[in-house]
Amino acid sequence: MSNTPVSAAVRKPALNPRKVQSIKMFLLILPFMLLVFLFSYFPLHGWVYAFYDYRPPFQLSDCEFVGFEWFTSMFATPAKRAQIGDVMLNTFVMSGLGILTSWLPMAFAILLTEIPNQPFKKAVQTLTTLPNFISWVLVYSLAFSLFSSSGMVNNLMIRLGVYDEPILYLQMESNVWLTMWLWSNWKGMGWSAIMYIAAITGIDQELYEAAYVDGAGRFRVIWHITVPGLLPTYFVLLLMSVANFLNNGVDQYYVFQNAFNKKRIQVLDLYVYNLGLGSGSYSLATAISILKSLVSLTLLFTVNGLSKAFRGESII
Amino acid sequence: MAATGARPVGKKITLGERIFIVVLYLFFLLFTLICVYPFYYLIINSISANDVSARGDVMFYPIAVHFQNYIDVMKIEGLGQAAIISIGRTVLGTLCTIIGSSFLGFMFTQEKLWQRKFWYRFTVATMYFSAGLIPWYITMMNLHLTNNFLAYILPAIVQPFNIILVKTYIENTPASLQEAAEIDGAGVLRIYAQIIVPISMPVLATVAIFAAVGQWNAFQDTLMLMTDQDLYTLQYTLYQYINQASSLARMIESTGGAISDSVITAATQQTPTSVRMTVSVVVVLPILLVYPIFQRFFVKGIMIGSVKG
Repeated sequence: MSNTPVSAAVRKPALNPRKVQSIKMFLLILPFMLLVFLFSYFPLHGWVYAFYDYRPPFQLSDCEFVGFEWFTSMFATPAKRAQIGDVMLNTFVMSGLGILTSWLPMAFAILLTEIPNQPFKKAVQTLTTLPNFISWVLVYSLAFSLFSSSGMVNNLMIRLGVYDEPILYLQMESNVWLTMWLWSNWKGMGWSAIMYIAAITGIDQELYEAAYVDGAGRFRVIWHITVPGLLPTYFVLLLMSVANFLNNGVDQYYVFQNAFNKKRIQVLDLYVYNLGLGSGSYSLATAISILKSLVSLTLLFTVNGLSKAFRGESII
Repeated sequence: MAATGARPVGKKITLGERIFIVVLYLFFLLFTLICVYPFYYLIINSISANDVSARGDVMFYPIAVHFQNYIDVMKIEGLGQAAIISIGRTVLGTLCTIIGSSFLGFMFTQEKLWQRKFWYRFTVATMYFSAGLIPWYITMMNLHLTNNFLAYILPAIVQPFNIILVKTYIENTPASLQEAAEIDGAGVLRIYAQIIVPISMPVLATVAIFAAVGQWNAFQDTLMLMTDQDLYTLQYTLYQYINQASSLARMIESTGGAISDSVITAATQQTPTSVRMTVSVVVVLPILLVYPIFQRFFVKGIMIGSVKG
């Protein structure tokens, strides 16, 4: 206050140096914030495409405004209802299978720590994590080598006389749900277990010692000390997978997709891709995306609310 | 890793426990075999005689080892270009992720930053929603990022999850270093370059490894954004090869006859199987080679990841 005349002499009385510094720092991150805006917020304007009959070569302004027609058209005819029904069923079964068996990596980790031989344990951990680091394309390549008509499994089975004609495993519609589940567990089991293995290391050793002094056996110790110690970690991961119920991703299902198994492999994400970029129904695909986003956000906030209520901690 | 669930010394192991342990060993041995065998199968097939591998006779060990396949796949048009694209996006994309994550992670710890909390939330919120595939695709098209190499790089710059990792890490380092530098009159950029980057090397190494694996394995962006063959990545090219390996084998045969002076025998003549296996090995080899180095970062990375900022 006392140095007002001095500031007046500098001719910029309103700007204090702290503020200038603060704005200068902002200017440094501005380009990054523009990228965030461009790639994550700006695309939201595309939601208007769901309300038009958008056909790519034309400008949006030349296309007809149709209101909620795309949203209602999804359920307009029995054939369309059946198709959406199939897609939803696939999504529910595949996500559901994943959630029902999400305790497997925890069991894997608990059992692995029961192995007394450290080098063996370490080797198992390292080698079972490897598949997590290859792409789904490569997983498909491995699957093709092993399970195609001329693949290793068919060869072996025919040679052993188990059956005479090759079985087209990759083109079977009936077992797609199971094989997709198996491949995601083949790829992800070791990796998911690492988090639990680390958590087990963090459990207080004195608990174990006390339990053994009290005469508890191996299985009782696992059940009463290790499992409760891992439940908080499990709970967070479970909630995350519930929040991602509709987000199966495209890669895995796209590479394994073929004309024979399409009906049973099309999860929501793949359906949107096939519909939009595959057959050019941009507007309908956008409409489905919007519904999916809204449901996903609702799930996320519900799950987060549950987590706050029961654990006193949010997960986002 | 410390021994966990330590058993008291000298306690008698019951017969039931003994059987349990044996069953565990067998189970983990089997599971590990199932994880590793497919890779082994690819490799032994890619170096075995092609007529034998095409019949599916190579199962446990290579037969009549030769390396002609690796010379021949180089003749496949586009594979070299795809390798350049894949390496290019992995190197540049990873570099961008490191710079973006470390700089923003650092800036978001600075109390002085204008509206710091808002911009942090603005960035992190993007992890939890998405406009959807088509709106994203149309945006990329309008930004002229379809058939543009920059589409591989620009989205790598701001990655909220990695920013959180770095921010948490910096918050857990002593503030005294920064304060001392500030007293010496160092500006924000100098503090970033001379203090923050060196001290956050461990977390940046973790970020770099996951970013590099992600870039190398990326498939979806090529599938959706690129129609220009010169911008195809190895992953995408491999996907195409799996579906059309037979025509490729014929292509190599026809150019091979003209170019190479070696006599093509049944053992070295390309078959759909040999092409598929060999290209697969080429695509997976970088991962297998760096895997022993980066696997020690797993636990570190996953543990920082579970601590949220």
